[in-house]
Amino acid sequence: MAAVNRDNEEEVKTDDGSPKIKPRPIVRLGIFLIAHSPVFSVVFSAAGVLALLLLPLLAKNTYISENALMPGSARSMLSNRDVSDGSKLVKDIKNFRLNHEGQGVEVQKLIGKYMSDMGAEFSYQKFHPEGNQFHPLHFFSGPDSYTLLENVSCASYGVNVAGIIRAPRGDGKESIVLVTPYDFINGGDYEDLSLGIVSSLFSLLSRVTWLSKDIIWLVADSRYGDYRPVAAWLTEYHSPSFKVSDLLKCDEQNTADNFRRAGTMAAALVLKVDGRSEKFEDTLSIFAEASNGQMPNLDLINVVNYLAVHRQGFYVKVEKVVSLLSSSWLKIFGEIFEAVGKLAHMLNPDWNFGIPAADYLEGSATLASSLYSQALGIPTGPHGAFRDYQVDAITLKVSPRFPPDSKTRQHDFFLRGARLLEGTIRSVNNLLEKFHQSFFLYMLTSPSKFISVGVYMIAFALLVAPLPMVAASLYIDGCKSLTNSTHNPTENFKSWKWLDAAKQVFTLHLLGFIVTLLPYFICQVPGQHSPTNRSIMWGTTSSSLLLITFVTMPGCSPFSSRLHGTNWAILKSVTISAAFIGLCLMSIINFATAEIGALLLVPTCLMAQPIKPALRSRRLKSLLGAFCSIVLLTIGFPVMFFAISKGLLGEGLVGLSLGGEFWTWLESLWAWKSATYLYIGMVHLPCWLLCLCILFHPS
Amino acid sequence: MASLLRSLILLLIVQSFLVAIAFGSNEVEEFSEALLLKPLPDRKVLAHFHFENRAPPSNSHGRHHHLFPKAISQLVQKFRVKEMELSFTQGRWNHEHWGGFDPLSSMNAKPVGVELWAVFDVPQSQVDTSWKNLTHALSGLFCASINFLESSTSYAAPTWGFGPNSNKLRYGSLPREAVCTENLTPWLKLLPCRDKDGISALMNRPSVYRGFYHSQRLHLSTVESGQEVLGSGIVLEQTLTVVLQPETTSVESNMQPSWSLSSLFGRKVVGRCVLTKSSNVYLQLEGLLGHELKNVDTEIEAHELWKNAEFELSLKPERVLRESSSFLFIFDIDKSSDSEPFDIGLTWKLPSKWSCQQAPLHASRFLMGSGNERGAIAILLKATESQEKLSGRDLTNGHCTIKANIFQIFPWYIKVYYHTLQIFVDQQQTTDSEVLKKINVSPSTDKVSSGMMEMMLELPCEVKSVAISIEYDKGFLHIDEYPPDANQGFDIPSALISFPNHHASLDFQEELSKSPLLSSFKENSLVRSYTEVLLVPLTTPDFSMPYNVITITCTIFALYFGSLLNVLRRRIGEEERFLKSQGKKTGGLKQLLSRITAKIRGRPIEEQSSSESPAAQSSVLSSKLIFKIILVAGAAAAWQYFSTDK
Repeated sequence: MAAVNRDNEEEVKTDDGSPKIKPRPIVRLGIFLIAHSPVFSVVFSAAGVLALLLLPLLAKNTYISENALMPGSARSMLSNRDVSDGSKLVKDIKNFRLNHEGQGVEVQKLIGKYMSDMGAEFSYQKFHPEGNQFHPLHFFSGPDSYTLLENVSCASYGVNVAGIIRAPRGDGKESIVLVTPYDFINGGDYEDLSLGIVSSLFSLLSRVTWLSKDIIWLVADSRYGDYRPVAAWLTEYHSPSFKVSDLLKCDEQNTADNFRRAGTMAAALVLKVDGRSEKFEDTLSIFAEASNGQMPNLDLINVVNYLAVHRQGFYVKVEKVVSLLSSSWLKIFGEIFEAVGKLAHMLNPDWNFGIPAADYLEGSATLASSLYSQALGIPTGPHGAFRDYQVDAITLKVSPRFPPDSKTRQHDFFLRGARLLEGTIRSVNNLLEKFHQSFFLYMLTSPSKFISVGVYMIAFALLVAPLPMVAASLYIDGCKSLTNSTHNPTENFKSWKWLDAAKQVFTLHLLGFIVTLLPYFICQVPGQHSPTNRSIMWGTTSSSLLLITFVTMPGCSPFSSRLHGTNWAILKSVTISAAFIGLCLMSIINFATAEIGALLLVPTCLMAQPIKPALRSRRLKSLLGAFCSIVLLTIGFPVMFFAISKGLLGEGLVGLSLGGEFWTWLESLWAWKSATYLYIGMVHLPCWLLCLCILFHPS
Repeated sequence: MASLLRSLILLLIVQSFLVAIAFGSNEVEEFSEALLLKPLPDRKVLAHFHFENRAPPSNSHGRHHHLFPKAISQLVQKFRVKEMELSFTQGRWNHEHWGGFDPLSSMNAKPVGVELWAVFDVPQSQVDTSWKNLTHALSGLFCASINFLESSTSYAAPTWGFGPNSNKLRYGSLPREAVCTENLTPWLKLLPCRDKDGISALMNRPSVYRGFYHSQRLHLSTVESGQEVLGSGIVLEQTLTVVLQPETTSVESNMQPSWSLSSLFGRKVVGRCVLTKSSNVYLQLEGLLGHELKNVDTEIEAHELWKNAEFELSLKPERVLRESSSFLFIFDIDKSSDSEPFDIGLTWKLPSKWSCQQAPLHASRFLMGSGNERGAIAILLKATESQEKLSGRDLTNGHCTIKANIFQIFPWYIKVYYHTLQIFVDQQQTTDSEVLKKINVSPSTDKVSSGMMEMMLELPCEVKSVAISIEYDKGFLHIDEYPPDANQGFDIPSALISFPNHHASLDFQEELSKSPLLSSFKENSLVRSYTEVLLVPLTTPDFSMPYNVITITCTIFALYFGSLLNVLRRRIGEEERFLKSQGKKTGGLKQLLSRITAKIRGRPIEEQSSSESPAAQSSVLSSKLIFKIILVAGAAAAWQYFSTDK
């Protein structure tokens, strides 16, 4: 009990004779942070941006985490006989093409015949080319909620061919999928090569005895894009409609009855061959991002990368933002980091975090692309369709270094491509359980380097950390100023002051929600409209809605008289809280979106302050602040940011058609069910509007 | 020692006397072996080993047997097994290419892993106990984890959907069981000659397990003698079915591969097992080639049967039997010897193609849906090409109908919603009563028993496809039911589709066949096919979660109780007053200094005054405090007790 007394004793603080109870350390820390929030917010935000820039330095080398995979430990069994089978198929298809112009289905039959000759079961599947339709309620629903369109025209439908090799001694519970998108009508020579590689492999797999999982080879009809046929096939595989479909009546051959399946999918590889490699070696690009920034297990990428680099000698790369490679400011950063790294190495030889500036540039360009693709939430290839069914999948795009008609090189190319796939399949085949060992949340900075979630979270956490601090400090300020300004005791309900501001914030978020749903109704407007027209329609309806809101609810408007208007500090505090909540929620759904969103939204929210007092005071500091907030707000407007990022990515000039492009971009976002669309409509836009309200606040 | 020897001699004499009695009577223990070879349309060869061991109903032996394995007879006597079948299978039977409408496939196409069913001759109440004991006994006998079938969550009691109509039938299967040579060895031990002599000597392990399909089966049934004194006899049937791929050297891809016993198994037969009654090798050729040679009957042309333009056998068959669509060449291995081993071979000269008879409907089963929450099981029945030719249709009320029984077991973690059963016939949804004649459902109980569904469908003969779908929710396993490592998923055992109106039999016209293999073919066997085993990925919890939960709970508890105690104990007003009074007494600066020095010294501040009253107060307070802590802890313990103990 004496100890308790001592505690009490210690809590006494006597600075000027009048004792005061000293609050707990955590509370003191909080108060300290809130009191110095401007300094801390600057420090934290800067640290957040710096941490983001440091990420390429912190990337770790990838390693194969699951021991059962054992990539490359078995000798390849692929022989020249298998490759000649593949070459024969390519030759046959080419000859067939020459003789029969534009008869796509016949090519499919040819491929089907090849499959059955190799001892595989095969089946055809028809699908509708158009699938993705925006529906507001389908956003987070599963992939099986496709509604079949009525009145399908028989003129356009695609036909997939799928062949299945049953594992000789396997139990047929699991399968591995190989996909080659192929345009049956006007597929180029490069596309033929992808068929050649996989058919070489298929010929081998039909003979081997080590298979424990069935192998499915899907030749997807890429006339209507790469993604749609794969998605249609997967839908048929996982959730077939047993009812009679209109499409089946279209053709003489009935393809419905013989759709074949083979167990739960363990992994999927999409192989594409296109373009000639600019490098000396054959180039292999890996695409992994699926919808909403979901990534396949890192082990799958590791296995492919390991086999491609160490066994087959491909030059492996992942997408990068090319324009960043030549940016001078990033180069300066790289050089600084390199110098710091060298210095650290001099001080202590164990500190080896420095990397050369060129590597830094490459890493950040790749990271930027990784962030961008994840943030966009649109799959970067047909592998995205598999992710909807929790199947790990990647797209491999191979660019040979020879022209497609070179026969001599073709053999070697088939051999190496098929061996790469064989090794990968063999590794996945070894797996006794699902992919679980390695990372699912990561970003790539090169094919063999990654940043795991624990590291890249830091940047975001630092970036959003100032928000609650500033919100609290503003709230306290606002309360103080309110108590000072109003002497009416009845109005002085201290704890309910934020309610007015919250009302305004809520109204604008509701407005954001309505604006998010508007495109659906605009799409329902009869008649053909160009994207520009539609975007204008959207813009006008949204702004008129905004005006109506301002008129009907004067509390919300920044132009209302001071009587109705709330205190701007409290409004800003609530806005920042809302932004904080929105960003944190988004970081769970799609981290990359939240990261980029935080980069935009956090400075805007922090800098936003009424412009009128600044102009009135004419002090340089406040004028500068006002100017900054105006600039940030301009950049923060979604359309504006879209234009700027387009310019950054080096994609053409920004013209009058901007609205149309923006509309198309958004349309693609919702068509792919990207959560980024929801983020823009329901978090970013309302917060931006609120910042605008603060900017024009009359106080 | 001498007395022991004497008693042993006496025993031997008695035994030989008994054996003499046994031989003297009509009913003797019989053992017969047979091997059926059959080329398959997809360039593979099927080898079917068939061993039959009969112990006649007799009381003369007592507990002793001449040929019959003692382990099995003890099993039958102890658990009063009326009929039992145990199969170990690896690989899948290819119904399209290997046939689905002959006795061979309907009896030997088994689901992957272990399947066991048994009918008991005990009162209803003891059936489950007998089953449990039987699984343990078999588990020890065959070196397999059959004992997992003991748990009531893994077996079911089918009433009519499985086949034998009995309420004393239990059925269970283990799809995950890996079948290996350690299961084959005990199985071979039941044979009188093991694999040392006779046909079973062919079972070279590497070649047997290299095959595409491998199923070892043990079927035993008791034969009632009718007489009370004699008891019952036992018929033990052991079969091993393997599908092998002969090594091909020919370049032509459409040519059937030629093979011989030695190329298939790497061994040859050097004479029969001396204990067998009959020992035959059969070669069955079916399909197209049979039709061509249909009208040959004379001796000279019979020669043509085994040596013609299309193919050639390396040995002359003893006899040739004909069935409607196939030929059976019979060889006797008696003539073979060490110097001249029996090595039958088949050499193809012309490319030939034929197809097997198929079951009326081809069944496949798959899972629908995605995600970890719910899904659906769908069974797709598709009409096969050979359906028109089939007999056994039920022509009631002028309608031609096919009857199909579907029997499925659902593990309890697959929570099936039976009301969601949907049947689509030719892509039209039907109301249940149209095609569904009979249904028997026993829902599963969580962690106690598995669910079972038996359905009888009556389909029109011209049906093209039937789809049956039923939805389910995935359950959560108890923490110790998960496999220790990350897992692949959980299995749903195969469903069984049987066609009660279709019976497969091979009737070789000549009546001589005393061979047990042929007579078993002659019996009408129910056409049945097993579907695929399904793999359900269940939600696997993060097993580091308990650690996280413990940390979070501890933190929350600490915060909660800390603040609760603060609220209960501290009186802020009092403290403030106390501090104020104290502050007046001592100068602020002085106290600060003393505090700092105390901190530096690491010693408590010396109390200057009024040390008695707080101490007295504190003792009261502390007893209260302790009482409160005990109260709270008691409440927590009680809550814990009541919340967990259910």
